[in-house]
Amino acid sequence: MLNIVWPIFIIISFCFAIFSGNLESLNSSIFESTNDAINLSIDLLGTICLWNGIMQVANNTKVIETMSKFLKPIIRFLFPELKSNSNIQKEISMNMVANILGLGNAATPLGLKAMKSMQKENKNKEKLTDSMMMFIVINTASIQIIPTTVIAIRNSLGSENPTGIVFPVWIATILAAITRSNCYKNCYKNY
Amino acid sequence: MKIINYISNLAMPMIILIIVICAVKEKKNTFDIFLEGAKEGIETTFNIFPTLIGLFVAIGALRSSGILDTIVYFINPILNIIHFPSELMPLAILRPISGSSSIAIATDIMKNFGVDSTLGKMASTIMGSTETTIYTIAIYTSCVKIKKTRYILLAALCADFVGIVTSILVYKFIY
Repeated sequence: MLNIVWPIFIIISFCFAIFSGNLESLNSSIFESTNDAINLSIDLLGTICLWNGIMQVANNTKVIETMSKFLKPIIRFLFPELKSNSNIQKEISMNMVANILGLGNAATPLGLKAMKSMQKENKNKEKLTDSMMMFIVINTASIQIIPTTVIAIRNSLGSENPTGIVFPVWIATILAAITRSNCYKNCYKNY
Repeated sequence: MKIINYISNLAMPMIILIIVICAVKEKKNTFDIFLEGAKEGIETTFNIFPTLIGLFVAIGALRSSGILDTIVYFINPILNIIHFPSELMPLAILRPISGSSSIAIATDIMKNFGVDSTLGKMASTIMGSTETTIYTIAIYTSCVKIKKTRYILLAALCADFVGIVTSILVYKFIY
């Protein structure tokens, strides 16, 4: 993707700068940008290391398994097709907990495992089942409690209250997730 | 406002607390495991560094060459009708497509307009509440080798749109 986007960015902006006479600011911005990237990376390093450490601890404990029990009623509601298969239900709920805790590294392998189990039950191997679609939809919804990357960036830019955005993020995430499942349910009737 | 800040501030310590208590309860070498993970964090940061350099230069060029302002100038009338801040437009477009470039754009917005300004907070909320939708759909469908994805992309992009609009409206109404 970036193999297309990046050259386009460079070509159109450099050409535009030549024709519009903004070469001076373009030149200074090139050097400024590299400095910014270095500063951001150094500032991000601390927060990312801290969270990676915490995530590693979570991966090594039964936190995900314990919490996934609480999700059972929700799973049953979202995946009516999988009523009989408790194994898939467990894999799905573990993926959801990992997502909620922001353990992206743990969530993806768990999610792929659940997808493969669902594919085994799938009658038409070429087409996504309704449960699979619901599952992907949930995974694109970014249902994490703490948006760690954003907080790290805000912190590095010297925000007075880096975590102040957490609650608004929840509101936006929940509304987006509701839209997703509604879109899904409505289309599902039509297909 | 105070309650929102309180809940926001409580979330992170609570998660860490729960995880650490669980680890202690299971009698794990908590700190050793923590160090292992933190070490990996260094690798992650260095892995995204080249991407950041490349994208920062490209986005800096878009801004300083004046082309971004020109594009915004032309689509501004449309955005004004739906009360969408034009400064956030590039972020809204790139967010579902590329994780690293949306990080770079969001950082750029926060730096230029102030991290604690309304625009900065809106950009942060957009980043936190949406996901790299297209990438996620791609890995989940390709792992089971399915090509017929039905209407999933449309549903997910609709939801991204709602997420972005909500991120903006939250600040317009609550604050």
